Amino acid sequence: MSFEDDLARLDAIARALENDRLPLDDALKLFEEGVARLRSATQSLAAAEGRVQQLVEQADGTLTVKDRPK
Amino acid sequence: MTERRRDRGAPHGAGDSPDLFAATPPRARKPSADPGEAPDTALTVSTLAGYLAAIVEGSTAPLWVRGEVTGFKAHRNGHWYFALRDAHAQLRCVVWARDTQRVPAPPDEGMQITAFGRFSVYAARTDVRFAITRLDAAGDGLWRKAFERARANLEKDGLLDPAGKRPLPSYPRVIAVVTSPDGAALHDIVSVATRRDPKIRIVVIPAAVQGESAPAQIVAALRRLSRWGGADVAIVARGGGSREELWAFNDERVARAVAASDVPTISAIGHEVDVSLCDLVADVRAATPSAAAEAAVPVRADIEAGLSRTARRLRSALTYRAERARSDLTRNARELSLRARRVVELRRAWLTAVGSTIDALSPMKTLQRGYAVARSDDGSTLSSVGEFIAGREFTLTVRDGDVRARSVERKDDAS
Repeated sequence: MSFEDDLARLDAIARALENDRLPLDDALKLFEEGVARLRSATQSLAAAEGRVQQLVEQADGTLTVKDRPK
Repeated sequence: MTERRRDRGAPHGAGDSPDLFAATPPRARKPSADPGEAPDTALTVSTLAGYLAAIVEGSTAPLWVRGEVTGFKAHRNGHWYFALRDAHAQLRCVVWARDTQRVPAPPDEGMQITAFGRFSVYAARTDVRFAITRLDAAGDGLWRKAFERARANLEKDGLLDPAGKRPLPSYPRVIAVVTSPDGAALHDIVSVATRRDPKIRIVVIPAAVQGESAPAQIVAALRRLSRWGGADVAIVARGGGSREELWAFNDERVARAVAASDVPTISAIGHEVDVSLCDLVADVRAATPSAAAEAAVPVRADIEAGLSRTARRLRSALTYRAERARSDLTRNARELSLRARRVVELRRAWLTAVGSTIDALSPMKTLQRGYAVARSDDGSTLSSVGEFIAGREFTLTVRDGDVRARSVERKDDAS
């Protein structure tokens, strides 16, 4: 599940929750899913690690990514 | 030029020996004449042509000349031949194949151009030409011509179609940058991108961004980008420079490689005023490399704030929903009791109505109106003549009490 998927789903959940006609049971289920999605999105956001790298082509044509001296 | 080929039959090896066949006696000559001063020191054609080349090529510095193009021919070996002329003279010119790479487009017949070059002697023919290394038509004509020609080709293939532009990803993790690894453009992109998101990952795909090898290197870098497949968005960038320095980004091959990129691609070439073919085919054109980084990288703090906002939204929506459920329940209960009460009231009203009907049917009511009820001592109502027995006592109930009575005489209605 990508970060983008999580955010899109969260938006849909919030919208559904804001709908007055949603049965309470469904609202609770959606809320629980929303909390799980929020956690997953927050985790994947925090997981990133800032780096500046360089794509290097080896003699055999394979591509590798190496850190650049900064 | 073959007709100009002369017999090389200068008297070889004449030296100091007498010329037996001379019609006239040989002139007095120095014992050691300089080359070419006497028949016996005559130069070879090659040597003389070499002298000419050395004189011509060595004595004039490269310079600019202007004139009108005539007799243009692009030879299949890649060299361009033509002449420049004005009202009084013609100058034969050549652009060697390697130098044509630096000229945006071949000049048209009759075009006024300025050309930079130097005299060059083609020794095999003692042929003097002006060898041009740079040329342009008045008013940037050739640059514009090359640009428009490539642009038309790209347009024909639908590569400039706005409908083909891809949106940039909202939350990229990896930004690929095709540029010179030592350039100012990369420096600007890295500093802007990391300021916006300290956790963004930037992968540089190095390529020369100016000079003759630049187009091929940029194309190769873009192919590597697609082959690698690890980027969410790409920036093709170069800092400001002269038109010639930026020209690689007007190369049709480069533009096609940008258009073929697997990921949404931002073009950021030169300054705001410079619009390159890459800018036209890219998904997004940024005015500068810094602007490209801004377009590619969202501000991390904004994303985090957005997540908190979503969390609050979920919470308040659920709270509201629960509150509403509670108030619904209360209202339902109230409504229920209201209805129950109404039912009771209905029942009561019905009972009253029924009561008054019963009341109306009660014999007491009849007595009120002056009637009397006769009852025997065993309590049964005496309602017909036959039930009265002569001389027998009975009770007569009237409005306000009972009266003892005795039947004296029976009289049938019929009798």
